Amino acid sequence: MEFLQPATWSEALAMKAAKPEAVPIAGGTDLMVEINLDHRRPATIIDLTHIKELTEWGMDDGRLRIGAGVTYARIIDELGDRLPGLAMASRTVGSPQIRNRGTVGGNLGTASPAGDAHPPLLATEAIVELASTKGTRQVAANEFFAGPKKNAMRADELIAAFLVEPARGPQQFSKVGTRNAMVIAVCSLALAVDPKRKHVGIGIGSAGPTPIRAAEAETFIQEVLEEHRLWERHVHCEPSALKQFGELVAAAAKPIDDVRGTADYRRHALAVLARRTFRWAWDDYRKSK
Amino acid sequence: MKPRLAEETTSGGRVGDRVRRPDAVQKVRGDFPYSSDLQVDGMLWGATVRSPHPYARIESIDTKAAKAAPGVKAVLTFEDVAGENAYGLEIADQPVLASDVVRYWGEAVALVAAEHPEQARRAADKVKVEYAVLKPVTDPEQALLPKAPKLHPGGNVTRHIKIRHGDQNATAEVVVTGDYEIGMQDQAPLGPESGLAIPDGEGGVDLYIATQWLHIDQKQLAHVLGLEPHEVRLTMAGIGGAFGAREDLSMQAHACMLALKTGRPVKISYSRPESFVGHVHRHPGKLHYEHGATKDGKLVYVKARIVLDGGAYASSSTAVIANASCFAVGPYQCPNATIDGIVAYTNNPPCGAMRGFGSVQNCYAHEAQMDKLAAALTMDPVALRRHNSLETGSALITGQVIDGPVPVAELLRLVHERPLPAPAAKNADLTAMPGGVSNTTHGESVKRGIGYAAGFKNIGYSEGFNDFSTARVRLSVVDGKPRVEVHTAGAEVGQGLVTIQAQIAGTELGVRDVMVLTADTEVGSAGSSSASRQTYITGGAVKAACEAVRERVVALAQSELKSGEGLRLEDENIVGADGNVLVALATLLGEEVIDELRVFRPRKTSPLDPDTGQANAHMQFAFAAHRAVVDVDTELGLVKVVELATAQDVGKAINPQAVEGQLEGGAAQGLGLAVMEEIQVQDGVIKNPSFTDYLLPTILDMPPVRMDILELGDPNSPYGLKGVGEPPTISSGPAILAAIRAATGRPVTRVPVRPHDLVL
Ligand SMILES: Cc1cc2nc3c(=O)[nH]c(=O)nc-3n(C[C@H](O)[C@H](O)[C@H](O)COP(=O)(O)OP(=O)(O)OC[C@H]3O[C@@H](n4cnc5c(N)ncnc54)[C@H](O)[C@@H]3O)c2cc1C
Repeated sequence: MEFLQPATWSEALAMKAAKPEAVPIAGGTDLMVEINLDHRRPATIIDLTHIKELTEWGMDDGRLRIGAGVTYARIIDELGDRLPGLAMASRTVGSPQIRNRGTVGGNLGTASPAGDAHPPLLATEAIVELASTKGTRQVAANEFFAGPKKNAMRADELIAAFLVEPARGPQQFSKVGTRNAMVIAVCSLALAVDPKRKHVGIGIGSAGPTPIRAAEAETFIQEVLEEHRLWERHVHCEPSALKQFGELVAAAAKPIDDVRGTADYRRHALAVLARRTFRWAWDDYRKSK
Repeated sequence: MKPRLAEETTSGGRVGDRVRRPDAVQKVRGDFPYSSDLQVDGMLWGATVRSPHPYARIESIDTKAAKAAPGVKAVLTFEDVAGENAYGLEIADQPVLASDVVRYWGEAVALVAAEHPEQARRAADKVKVEYAVLKPVTDPEQALLPKAPKLHPGGNVTRHIKIRHGDQNATAEVVVTGDYEIGMQDQAPLGPESGLAIPDGEGGVDLYIATQWLHIDQKQLAHVLGLEPHEVRLTMAGIGGAFGAREDLSMQAHACMLALKTGRPVKISYSRPESFVGHVHRHPGKLHYEHGATKDGKLVYVKARIVLDGGAYASSSTAVIANASCFAVGPYQCPNATIDGIVAYTNNPPCGAMRGFGSVQNCYAHEAQMDKLAAALTMDPVALRRHNSLETGSALITGQVIDGPVPVAELLRLVHERPLPAPAAKNADLTAMPGGVSNTTHGESVKRGIGYAAGFKNIGYSEGFNDFSTARVRLSVVDGKPRVEVHTAGAEVGQGLVTIQAQIAGTELGVRDVMVLTADTEVGSAGSSSASRQTYITGGAVKAACEAVRERVVALAQSELKSGEGLRLEDENIVGADGNVLVALATLLGEEVIDELRVFRPRKTSPLDPDTGQANAHMQFAFAAHRAVVDVDTELGLVKVVELATAQDVGKAINPQAVEGQLEGGAAQGLGLAVMEEIQVQDGVIKNPSFTDYLLPTILDMPPVRMDILELGDPNSPYGLKGVGEPPTISSGPAILAAIRAATGRPVTRVPVRPHDLVL
């Protein structure tokens, strides 16, 4: 096995261009498991942990630009106020050891339907920045997930960063698992309320071949809020509307039966999570008046 | 040539002291040498070729490509098994390497030794095995049908226990029935199966191994290797948990075969997925129960049919089904009983020993039945249990009359009267909620339930088994001070035998420097670290050997001091009848070494009558009760066990700290089966052979355990002690189930409880 250690981003991109089959490694919390279990034995590994740019974050034209190599622990500590939904999701990832090493870039690289960073990125309409020696391009999170553990990255590309607007309103993340910590999602849901755009974003995880944005549910709840002037009146919406909202979120899912849970349960649980997280978020919005 | 092993230690302490494990700090720091760390120069690594089918005929095995692979030193098949290619704890029905047929997914077919573990695994992939795939039998009820294919020459009934007690036609005023299902739990020891075999150059082999019973391994190894027992010497290596998973052979014979073939030391260490097929599991089962009682709540009869899935090979199934049947009614008086306990062969993963050993499965059923009966009688469930509790002098459904303390009603009273934890706080921290840090509820739909359960089981081996342990105790003077060395083959599996032996020697001989030597087969058998028996039986042997040493010291003092009666050994001195120190022990001994070997045997037991199941089949019984307080998110089906309270009679707590550890750890394992731990088997294939999807409780799942530890003293055992390790695993889970039923109002008849069982 060849182990490449680029010192700079351009060097890393050049290596990836020269060897498109080379596999990058960040925290290694996905890749090393695959190697240890002998599911995968890459001939070449590119270690991205020495590239400073990947571990940095800052404002970029009104948006946060967060390097692919920023760990969950740092997202919780440094970005918890600006990205509360992603920070809540990060808190549910694995154990302290995993949060200290694991990165959002790695989560995107693996593109598992159960990746916990994905629902908040969908709910906040984040953008993934991909780079190669030929240049960079931006892909909406919604278009990034191409299939089970498949993403829009080309063979010569690396993930540079993701871009997301700082929260302007309440955000929530909820994950169902059969253990009270350190658990892979049976299903998960992220919700982001943006009072300025009068927008509610919803991403769901572990309930289909890819993480899914629940677009119809988003439109529905936005219409309800609009129609009843709830943004202005700062009151709760009708239970019947909330119920329908939950059903639409469940309908967005394409779940299967597997060792972690049944398809029926996943749909049921997503509807519950949708109602609960909306209520929590809307409570926060009302209080913020 | 010897690998680094755990140090021989002096932990000190007397019987009843709280003694810290001598290896505790090393383990926390990661310095403790586990069997997976074993290493010597020039060692090869073994890998195992396993069946990808649950049931198939082997047509051919081609090892050519594997033999030619880089680094490979040997590739072995059934043809290389020098002795008889069959072993098993009770029935020798399992091949060391499959020859004609494979009976479960993951069964060992061939072995490879290579310079590097990676080379060994790669070469294992190159062994070409052609299979004619057969349709597996994966349901024990199907296996029992006459038309089912016979998986073993004697048919598919591994054992059928019939208990016919009292009036077989008894009727009752109030009758409740129920069907219960238990999933397959794994012992999930954190240390994988691993060991190192070193050939002695004269045809024999030394095996360093983490096991529960060195001598049964030795006996089985000699048989399959075609050697004399003295040519196969075993030494205990650092163990990372056992819980029954290390009672059977796993890689022992394989490593020895490869070492004898290559003339080089060979190490085998399983990966986590391999470990899931490398040891037996807790039997899954289906239990049908009918309870009859009088209107005032006295049990009249219990009828039960208990069917356990034994999987492909017998392992200890025959003893597990005996327990499941003998204790089918729970710790209650029941004048009439009709119990059919059947364990069947299937093509599922083999099942065998696991903490609680048959008494766990039935406890879920009899305790659910007691609650159902209480509801039918509109009686308080604890009152109903206390009303029927076994007492000293009660007859079990096997006819055995139990002597000694039987505090079932008292244990129930203690857990019942313990103050309840505070109600769930509004806006409590997420870690206190069902769903935990995953943020699924802020209190919505959370209902609290409280449940009770009691359970019991036998301690030690039953049914006429020749149970004994051997201890050698040596007293000498080292650096001017007396030193005691205790040598047994008793396996320290984490339960704390290592401090127990030192505490007993310290108590009996009054010597401070007590060294517990590494367990090996150079001394006689200690029996297994199973059935909660080791403190009793090996503790008894150490006590007997110490008493023999003490007698010789006193005799020596009498002859040296020309003194008559009344001499005692006290605090490293010889003391006269008047209490005056006459001579220091070290001075008395000088160069003299006193070395005594003793064998200890508990009370005899007898086999169950094959037609009625009646007999004095068990040596000692241990009882425990639990109360569980559980919060359930009734919309999502997620569970938070808020508190477990337990009461258990341990007879005498030799090391109270270790006893508390057993009560907590055992309850955690019980909680695991109740709410999350399950090996999911589909068409004979394990779907979740890793800790990613075989979930074990974390610190956020396991609540504090409030304990009442009773020391009522068994008149028949050393220091009055009772076995401690298994009762906590028996009634903890059933209490949690009762609490979940109370919270949800649903019947919940299957464990582990899955979220969809509670909401869909
Ligand atoms: C015990 C344990 C618990 C876990 N719990 C959770 C959990 O609760 N929730 C969850 O979502 N995940 C969990 N994971 C999975 C894992 O931690 C996450 O997916 C994490 O985000 C991976 O990040 P990493 O930096 O370690 O990725 P790595 O393992 O380094 O890489 C993962 C993949 O991404 C690719 N990659 C990494 N960086 C880049 C880049 N800059 N450009 C292109 N490709 C890249 C790699 O080639 C690889 O294919 C757990 C893992 C373990 C071992």
